[in-house]
Amino acid sequence: MTSLALGPAGPVTPAGPVTSVGPVTPAAAATQRPSAGSVHSWDLSTGVDGPGTRFVTFLSGCPLTCLYCHNPDTWRMRSGRRTSADDVIAEAAKYVRFISASGGGATVSGGEPLLQPVFTGELLHRMKHELGLHTALDTSGFLGVRATDALLRDTDLVLLDIKSWDPDTYKKVTGRPLRPTLDFARRLADLGQEVHVRFVLVPGLTDDPANVEGVAAFAAGLGNVSRVDILPFHKLGEAKWQALAKPFTLHETPSPTPDQVAVAREVFLSHGLHAV
Amino acid sequence: MTSTPAEATATERAWKGFKGGLWRDAVDVRDFIQQNYTPYEGDASFLAGPTERTTAVWKAITDRFPEERAKGVYDVSYDIPSTITAHAPGYIDRDKDLIVGLQTDAPLKRAIMPYGGWRMVAGALETYGYPVSSDLEKVFTEYRKTHNAGVFDAYTPEIRAARKAGIVTGLPDAYGRGRIIGDYRRVALYGVDRLVEVKKEEKEELDALPAGNRSLEETIRLREELSEQIRALGELKAMAASYGHDISGPATTGREAIQWLYFAYLAAVKEQNGAAMSLGRTSTFLDVYLQRDIEAGLLTEETAQELVDDFIIKLRIVRFLRTPEYDELFSGDPTWVTESIAGMGEDGRPLVTRTSFRYLQTLYNLGPAPEPNMTVFWSPQLPQGFKEFCAKVSIDTSSVQYESDELMRPRFGDDTAIACCVSAMPVGKQMQFFGARVNLAKTLLYAINGGRDEKSGAQVGPSTGALISDVLDYDEVLATFDEQMEWLASVYVHALNVIHYMHDRYAYERVEMALHDRDVRRTMACGIAGLSVAADSLAAVKYAKVTPVRDETGLATDYVIDGEYPAYGNNDERVDEIAVWLVEEFMRKVRKHPTYRNAEHTQSVLTITSNVVYGKKTGNTPDGRRAGEPFSPGANPMNGRDTHGYVASALSVAKLPYEDAEDGISLTNTVTPDGLGRTPEERIRNLAGVLDGYMASDGFHMNVNVLNRDVLTDAMEHPENHPQLTIRVSGYAVNFVRLTREQQLDVLNRTFHSSL
Repeated sequence: MTSLALGPAGPVTPAGPVTSVGPVTPAAAATQRPSAGSVHSWDLSTGVDGPGTRFVTFLSGCPLTCLYCHNPDTWRMRSGRRTSADDVIAEAAKYVRFISASGGGATVSGGEPLLQPVFTGELLHRMKHELGLHTALDTSGFLGVRATDALLRDTDLVLLDIKSWDPDTYKKVTGRPLRPTLDFARRLADLGQEVHVRFVLVPGLTDDPANVEGVAAFAAGLGNVSRVDILPFHKLGEAKWQALAKPFTLHETPSPTPDQVAVAREVFLSHGLHAV
Repeated sequence: MTSTPAEATATERAWKGFKGGLWRDAVDVRDFIQQNYTPYEGDASFLAGPTERTTAVWKAITDRFPEERAKGVYDVSYDIPSTITAHAPGYIDRDKDLIVGLQTDAPLKRAIMPYGGWRMVAGALETYGYPVSSDLEKVFTEYRKTHNAGVFDAYTPEIRAARKAGIVTGLPDAYGRGRIIGDYRRVALYGVDRLVEVKKEEKEELDALPAGNRSLEETIRLREELSEQIRALGELKAMAASYGHDISGPATTGREAIQWLYFAYLAAVKEQNGAAMSLGRTSTFLDVYLQRDIEAGLLTEETAQELVDDFIIKLRIVRFLRTPEYDELFSGDPTWVTESIAGMGEDGRPLVTRTSFRYLQTLYNLGPAPEPNMTVFWSPQLPQGFKEFCAKVSIDTSSVQYESDELMRPRFGDDTAIACCVSAMPVGKQMQFFGARVNLAKTLLYAINGGRDEKSGAQVGPSTGALISDVLDYDEVLATFDEQMEWLASVYVHALNVIHYMHDRYAYERVEMALHDRDVRRTMACGIAGLSVAADSLAAVKYAKVTPVRDETGLATDYVIDGEYPAYGNNDERVDEIAVWLVEEFMRKVRKHPTYRNAEHTQSVLTITSNVVYGKKTGNTPDGRRAGEPFSPGANPMNGRDTHGYVASALSVAKLPYEDAEDGISLTNTVTPDGLGRTPEERIRNLAGVLDGYMASDGFHMNVNVLNRDVLTDAMEHPENHPQLTIRVSGYAVNFVRLTREQQLDVLNRTFHSSL
């Protein structure tokens, strides 16, 4: 869920070239931990971006261009507002009392937060250690290689969006290869990091039985996936595509029926996964 | 107290097994509860569904709803002024009713109550096509003065002008003030005779004139009131006798306890057409009786639930005859039979019992309903099983509201109940003089226009001189706003003093006050509407550039806003502090004025559905709101301006200081089911968590609707398919299909918080 930040977007200095995908070493992180990043908006949500009620920071910029994206307004890093980590943490701090009573935490989402790995690491670190919040990272995993072990240590839960098992479908949906996501998933498994897998069910696009089976079998084999969210495709973001003058190619695609969702869930359940 | 040995034995039999002593010697229901109730810390699995009898009786009522909805009223007893004993006994089904008693001789048949004012009675009868008796008209216009007539005799021209302009609106000068809760439990625990004895003793203490530091006039008034109270208790007994029950002594069983308590409440709603006729805090009290019967093998879970269901059916069909003007203010035929449930005891034990669950269970057994107004006193310390049941009921029925036990208990104690929507009062020990509310948004426009009304151009407020600069200057606006608020507070409190003087005199709540201690604490319950519009307007003036558009007479009728301003509802201190200041400052101004019967000043931030009417009467505002557009309800932020989700929105509201709004701060939240989580279990857990979080953040009240927008849209088109669709509005719940179309649209356009 996103909502527009109040006021006009300020000037944005991209934290790095959008297309560059490379590791950030701990040493580099230590020296270049930026005090600011490109933030699309922040929001409080319940039961959607991880468990309980959470302070969600949506960062701007995403290397993927998913056909069903409901937040295409977060794709470009330069359309975000340059915001200091101090400001984000100060905003989140207002909710610590609420969240510690309600249950929940903080989620860094996007866009793709690992497009700004150092800023994301800074946010997660301070959310966890300064504010004492449970932390979650919402990512496609495509840039997982940029997540340092330190960043992952500051992350209690990874919400990993595996958009497809079939590499061609993945490419068709996202415009990018599948491989980096699977590598990241295996790394998280090796680290014993708790993961919730997300899978968007789009009729005629991602719902091929072999595709669903592939994601389920892979997720089950990891051993660190405590939950799978099957997210039924919806078109509530279509207006944003129109506003950006981008063609929304899934205009004719229906949302899956409850039966179709149930069939997909059954596949995950049959692998012993907790799927909802 | 004097009693015969036989009576003493009967009382001891009624109290068999009950512990403790204080409550035996003096009227002290709280002590009785504390000594005898059994907290329940489990879950909802013990509950029973409806019996066939319950379903049949409820169907007999719901079958009449379509006709009532179509006509506006089902029937009216148009020629008998209602008193406690005026009507012959009435039944839904004489053979099947377990708890008996109706306001008139037939269900859904409304009574006329002319002591409040004859014009309202005649107007309502004409509206619904019933004859207006010329004999009664003569009585209530020539021989017997009414509350309404008295008020208008004493209103000043200034009050009339403020009322006409709509800067002070909805005053209880043409309807019963309500918001008084009799301690109806006393009748069940002690029986009427004992209560009469106590009242007589209280009166005897005043025989030496004047008593204590009371003035002569106060003493005489109190003696007359006590005589009326004693008379009303006698009528209560006679009314019960007409149904074949002798309530002179204490109730001996659970069924009798419910029946006795209900008779007392019924007497109140036969006598008073009050805006809110709340029930109090009865579930845990009644649980003591039901538990005793269950332990004795006299009741099972199913039969105990059946009694509760039958009681709740009676509360659901309380009806009042009202005028279209009233309905415009308080839409949906509300009665505010508010029942306060749960909370924590001062000793740390939860006041949750099985009967707390049973009351909520009626929303399943009988389906969702707006009345009784189920109000849970929420504390993070409540047992988890109860919290989750509440959340489940909210998700399934949208029929529950929540108020902070943590804010109320330290101030009012643990035997406090809500009158109406958000007004807390210790049962039987405190009453309020209900004061409706003033329009703060319009007051701000008066500040800009030097006291001239932006719609009529008339000089209503003091002439502070119109602000003439091109761009509004924050400090200049504040300076004149201060003067206009000062004036408003003075006119307002003056009007309320007149109203309550006359209400006591001509429409005194005899039986309700008979079920209070003699020396009650009184509050003068003022209120403000348009808080978010006023706060946002001031924020616009302060943080953006606001240029008034003036007509040829110099009246500012519109505003051009350049730039952005922080809006209330985003947990943004820059504007939230303005909202806080408005609440504090108006309260400070109200407190300067003396009150009738030395009532303590309080205020609420609550509109009920009058936010629509207030909006209609208010011109364009500097926040960009268009003329006529509804205000947000209660303390809610304006629709669509709260852009960071409902928690951020709620935390702006939670900053409003309860100590300067002790009559309550209302917040209504509507979320879609998806906005609470993906599975039923996690939605329940998450909603309970949200309530914990809000109360832990000093939030006072939250109305919770869990709805999909398309359900409401469908209900507007096909009301017949949604007869029991219930939604929470500001402080109460309504049948959605009974709202006016305008109100329905207002609800629909309010922020639906969902996750995309």
